[in-house]
Amino acid sequence: MTGKHDQSDDTRPVASSRRQFLIKSVAILPAAGAIAGCDLHSGNTATGSNASSANASADTATPYHPTFFNAREWTLLQAAIDRLIPSDAEGPGALELDVAVFIDRQMESGFGHASAWYMQGPFPHEIPPASGYQNRMTPRDVYRTGLAALDSHSVAHFSGKHFEQLSVAQKDEILHGMDGGKIKFEHVSAAAFIGMLWQNTKEGYFADPIHGGNKNAASWKMIGFPGARADFLDWVAQPGKPYPLGPVTIAGST
Amino acid sequence: MADIKKPEVDAVVVGMGWSGSIMAIELAQAGMTVVGLERGENRDTYPDFAYPRIADELTYVQRNRLMQSLARETVTIRRNAQEGALPLRQYGPFLFGDGVGGSGVHWNGFTYRATDADLKIRSHYEARYGKDFIPADMTIQDWPVTAAELEPFYDKFEYVLGTSGKGGNIQGQMVNGGNPFEAPRARDYALPPLPTAYPSMLFDKAARELGYHPYPTPASIASKSYTNPYGMQLGPCNFCGYCELFGCYMYSKASPQSCILPALAKMPNFELRDRSQVVKVNLDSTGKIATGVTYIDAQGRSVEQPAKIVALCAYQMHNVRLLLLSGIGQPYDPATGKGTVGKNYAYQKNSKIQIFFDKDVAINPFIGSGAGGVVYDDFNADNFDHGPPNFVGGAITFATVTGGRPIAQALTPPGTPKWGSGWKKSVKDHYLHSFAVSTQGSVMSYRDNYLDLDPTYKDAYGFPLLRMTFDWKDNEGRMTQFVSQKAAGVARAMSPAPKSVAVNAGKPGDRFDMGPYQSTHTTGGAIAGDRPDNSVVNKYLQSWDVHNVFVAGACSFPQNLGINPTNTIGAMTYYAAYAIREMYLKNPGPLVQA
Repeated sequence: MTGKHDQSDDTRPVASSRRQFLIKSVAILPAAGAIAGCDLHSGNTATGSNASSANASADTATPYHPTFFNAREWTLLQAAIDRLIPSDAEGPGALELDVAVFIDRQMESGFGHASAWYMQGPFPHEIPPASGYQNRMTPRDVYRTGLAALDSHSVAHFSGKHFEQLSVAQKDEILHGMDGGKIKFEHVSAAAFIGMLWQNTKEGYFADPIHGGNKNAASWKMIGFPGARADFLDWVAQPGKPYPLGPVTIAGST
Repeated sequence: MADIKKPEVDAVVVGMGWSGSIMAIELAQAGMTVVGLERGENRDTYPDFAYPRIADELTYVQRNRLMQSLARETVTIRRNAQEGALPLRQYGPFLFGDGVGGSGVHWNGFTYRATDADLKIRSHYEARYGKDFIPADMTIQDWPVTAAELEPFYDKFEYVLGTSGKGGNIQGQMVNGGNPFEAPRARDYALPPLPTAYPSMLFDKAARELGYHPYPTPASIASKSYTNPYGMQLGPCNFCGYCELFGCYMYSKASPQSCILPALAKMPNFELRDRSQVVKVNLDSTGKIATGVTYIDAQGRSVEQPAKIVALCAYQMHNVRLLLLSGIGQPYDPATGKGTVGKNYAYQKNSKIQIFFDKDVAINPFIGSGAGGVVYDDFNADNFDHGPPNFVGGAITFATVTGGRPIAQALTPPGTPKWGSGWKKSVKDHYLHSFAVSTQGSVMSYRDNYLDLDPTYKDAYGFPLLRMTFDWKDNEGRMTQFVSQKAAGVARAMSPAPKSVAVNAGKPGDRFDMGPYQSTHTTGGAIAGDRPDNSVVNKYLQSWDVHNVFVAGACSFPQNLGINPTNTIGAMTYYAAYAIREMYLKNPGPLVQA
């Protein structure tokens, strides 16, 4: 399965190619630093990528090779999370912060295997409302089945076009339909799938970069979260005053 | 037959959280041989909670690093007896603390005391509001203890924890700035209050202007260097913002690790065995005396540990389950109201009032100290007239910032898109400029909210899971609406004025939802009372049925309070340990005559 996520895939739409350009051009990232007060934050530019080279992927010469997702799934996953947190003038998107890398790594973790979930049967045929997670599928199953169903839905309803080939508006229409219960999949709950995908996308966007996403702590810089600084007694005595320092990560990068 | 049989000890303690650690050290100090059994792993401040690895929201919060694996054991839930119960497959409404220290590792450190209006709730309400005020299906009953009786034990626990706070009623003398509604205390808190962070200042000022009585939250987080009665040392909190759901790397938050266990571990008559899952309390042929416990060790072997005294100090639900699995006491039957084990399961009903400010107001939500902050009790206990709002119970209302974790704690106002560019902009615009005021409300006990063993689902060892039958009642819906609207009034009175205020509160008619997190303060099922026909244990937490079994924890609460449970759990456990040392050892047998 390795090597199939070919960057030169000719089915890749224009928008996605632009995103690849953005990912490779990491120096553009600190455009997010234009938010008010951010001049006080650590002003990382291109050198910031060196500090977390252990997590670097798409911007380096060697692209990340997903372990769990195959090439089609990888393309679909990236196309979906690019809509959940798009890149725009406000700040970085999920793609450029390596959220897909984060999710691939999560699939290999205990979370992906549901190793700490109670997975003994019997499972209900009809899942009653307000009963939490009652699915026999692990997150790995949910992603594999959900991404395939997402693409099948796209092909069936948009003249044979794959999900990543759709316009932004068409992609959002499908994702909103899954979220709102209007679109249903056969082998997995569309709402449960996008619920999990959104939760993991947000996690990969905001978690410490040690987990593979939130590259260069760029989401923390965007919102003003100091990350793992974890020492603020001096600032308790300065109520209402903006905090001056940018984030540090668990690995020690700033 | 067990694979291994160990030599008999004086006492075996099941679970090494707060109540287990208290029981173990108090009995060991009396010269007894004590074995502590903990189903999770052993862990200590260093290296398990060490910086910087602890500052990891994904691992500790999203992935529940400190919680029990539900693959091993969970609970099944249904809302009434007509529904089929389904297992809690991934964490939702509450969390099961796991490992040495239990939930005492990941708590925030709130350390409140109950009042007599709380403890004598049925008598008190009947006297003030009349017998008809309490609904017929509400099975609340008086605790078998008074606030004065518990005072020395609250005091003892607070001084072990190094609780920071300001007393409001010291031996009957009212102290300005403390809680005017509290029961008299013998002395002030062990430490002065923590410094007040900006959000708590805004809340304090607005609440005071509205005529309420805010005071510093009693927080078991050290405001200064402190040495407790066991010789354990705490250092001042640095407001790291990784408190709730994390272990404390600073030796500031009170935990069994920072307050008790190092002193206990030095005692030659104490032995800790982790990864030891107790599956049964063994009884002799009469069924009236426990002979010890059986547990499964880390290698999967069954081990019998004989003991003269068995202290069940596991999480509320696990204690109840062990009683049911062991055949101690009569299981509760909601149809007849007979039986007591599993009776009066209760919970808490909480709400959040989210407050959003303009961008020139720097809230800095990452400056967090767990329980540190400001609270008022004006609508808790019976500190106000319950007649017009027509409900039983109440809530504390408080502004504490535990941390600014961006995955789970970043607030966005109503109307924000769930995802996409609009979501991102909203998080960016509001993260530094918002916080929430919380209410934590009591939940009464009801005839049809209870615990028993599930007929279908089993744990990893093949034993039946506990089954919870629970739904919300309108009394709690009215309570949470009442206190939440008052809290929203405080939010709107803040200066600088908020841009918007959003009330997230339940209401009458709500059904219980197994999905979202709500509160880990589950209570009841092995309740304390004054008679064997209305309770599982007496006021010394001694089983009415098997006198050498003591059951400590929130399972003993006859109904839940509007305050955090830990201080009352600690005080009741110290009271039980005192009773064992001073009375039971001299004359083993029932400490209260039925």
